[in-house]
Amino acid sequence: MSAAALRRLTLRVLELAGVLFIVSVGVFSLVVLLPGDPAVDILGAGRPPSEYAELRHDMGLDQPLHTRYFDWLGGVLTGDLGRSVVPPQSEVSDRVVSALPVSAEIAVLGLLIALLIAVPLAMWSAYREGGIADRIIGAGTFAVLSVPSFLAGLLLVMVMVNSLGWFPRSEWVRIGDGDLLGNLHHAFLPALTVALVELAMFARVLRGDLIVTLREDFILAARAKGMSPLRILFSDALRPSSFSLVTLLGLSLGRLIGSTVIVEYLFSLPGMGSLVVNAANQGDYPMVQGAVLTIAVIYVVINAGIDFSYGYLDPRTRRVHV
Amino acid sequence: MSEIAPRTRTALAPPVVVATALAVAGLVLLVFGATTPVLIAPAKAAIALLGIGLFLNGASRVGKALAGPGFDVLFWASAAWLVLLALAIVFVDWLPLGEDRDVAATVTEPVFGIPTFTGTHPLGTNGSGLDLLARSLYGARSSLLISLTAVVVGTIVGGLIGIVAGYFRKAVDRVVGMATNSLLAVPPLILLIALATVLEPRLRNVALSLSLLTIPGMVRLSRATTVAYANREFVTAARAMGAKRSRIMARELLPNVLLPIMSLAVVMISVLIVAEASLSFLGLGIQPPEPTWGNMIAEGEGDVFEAHPHIVLVPGAFLFLTVFAFNIVGEKARQRWDSRSVKL
Repeated sequence: MSAAALRRLTLRVLELAGVLFIVSVGVFSLVVLLPGDPAVDILGAGRPPSEYAELRHDMGLDQPLHTRYFDWLGGVLTGDLGRSVVPPQSEVSDRVVSALPVSAEIAVLGLLIALLIAVPLAMWSAYREGGIADRIIGAGTFAVLSVPSFLAGLLLVMVMVNSLGWFPRSEWVRIGDGDLLGNLHHAFLPALTVALVELAMFARVLRGDLIVTLREDFILAARAKGMSPLRILFSDALRPSSFSLVTLLGLSLGRLIGSTVIVEYLFSLPGMGSLVVNAANQGDYPMVQGAVLTIAVIYVVINAGIDFSYGYLDPRTRRVHV
Repeated sequence: MSEIAPRTRTALAPPVVVATALAVAGLVLLVFGATTPVLIAPAKAAIALLGIGLFLNGASRVGKALAGPGFDVLFWASAAWLVLLALAIVFVDWLPLGEDRDVAATVTEPVFGIPTFTGTHPLGTNGSGLDLLARSLYGARSSLLISLTAVVVGTIVGGLIGIVAGYFRKAVDRVVGMATNSLLAVPPLILLIALATVLEPRLRNVALSLSLLTIPGMVRLSRATTVAYANREFVTAARAMGAKRSRIMARELLPNVLLPIMSLAVVMISVLIVAEASLSFLGLGIQPPEPTWGNMIAEGEGDVFEAHPHIVLVPGAFLFLTVFAFNIVGEKARQRWDSRSVKL
């Protein structure tokens, strides 16, 4: 790695650290915005004032804000996200650790389904640009983009569970229980719901790029050599056309997390979404803080990873000094 | 002259007649699909979809024959829906509708009445006998009010910050960039949920939280556009003539930034409508009995919508049509005004 590249990497990491710092301050200051007194919330009203004062002291609420922030941050960095204020007052980190794999599975599965459907659709559309398939796919994906994921989920349940009876609606089988098929059977419908909007977006973007690529000379050359359309599409056109798609993967991650949250709530899956929504409904701020911070860190790190992957996809960006 | 007119009319007549017939047939299919009691739900939906497809195809041909080949039927249908909805929202208090939120007033009304498209409850009633058309329209009012307020606030704040950052560059730009990146570091819905934990779910608070979602995008677009314009001749000329920095930003840069960010604003409206509905659906937005599309759809949760799908389908259709219409209009606006040379 050259010195310039190293310098760029360092700058990028520093910027990342800065963003994470600001986010942590933002997440922490949720407490400041909180109406009411946590001590009163926990003990209930009508106790002698000394008890509230004692609890506040135990929770560190009588310390100045910056001290509390650094205490909290110290805990976060050592993996201690505090305790829930709602009975049974469990450790936030434990709950996050048990919820994270469920959400990750739904999101990854959703992304896979989206790509598996979107890539062939985009190829078909682009190869027969302006044809009837292209127009139907175009109209269909545009319509799907206007369906919020909770509505899509309810409609899918309506058709696939209630009318056809193909899938179970809720109950979750963990991967760890060894029943992988059962797990996939339960995860498929939520993942498909998550995938719908993404696949529409992917198909539209990839189609646009593919159309441009298919006009290039090297595609003409490949065609002149007598290569089959499928071979041309998959081995020649796909990689140079996937640049916007990868950028979009990073951008869509936020939406993906959002729809995962909603879908988990809808299908009552024990993931991060259910965790954060239930905590928010109960005003359980340590849980919300822990979950939001975890999600934000994962989101920022993945996005940074995607930034670095451009170098692989398009060698030209390796040399350009930004 | 008198000979030419009839000839063009006869040349024009057959396609228009066929297309009109197509459109009418589509409408008939749509109404049949929506109201027939004989078939199962997927078949009805398929018939209705086919009807919509036929209608749009026919209407598009009629429009192209009458208004020229540039006629975009989806755009005009979307605009018509939005105008209709806007009128309904403005006059909703004076429309002869059923009760929308007072459960005590509806004890004698039928519960879970299915849509009949006529009579006192054209779109049916919910589990408490409240009228779904009235609830959908009042829901539209709060939904659009919230989204529009949020977009206006976000556009003004984000646009101004972006111009300042793009014009001054250097430290200001770096600080603004850091702040927008941090705001973008939390996924949108998660940000909304976090804010909903601590803020009371009132119209103003929801609108302000939503405006936070629009600010980063607006800042980036407005900054990028400003940077692209800041070195153009007319800006240099203004500076050479001794214009102050505030004047350059307000009179030279702002007018050029305005159109791109306005077209982004239209696209944002649909994003915000979805975000607001999601929040209400999760029980974290506007609370019942105040109707919103999101909390109306949430009423169908559990097993209710198995027996009474219209509880979900009626507000769902309003939500879909509105978001779709804003997407179409927004897309059109962006194609027209958002210069492709400016990269985000």
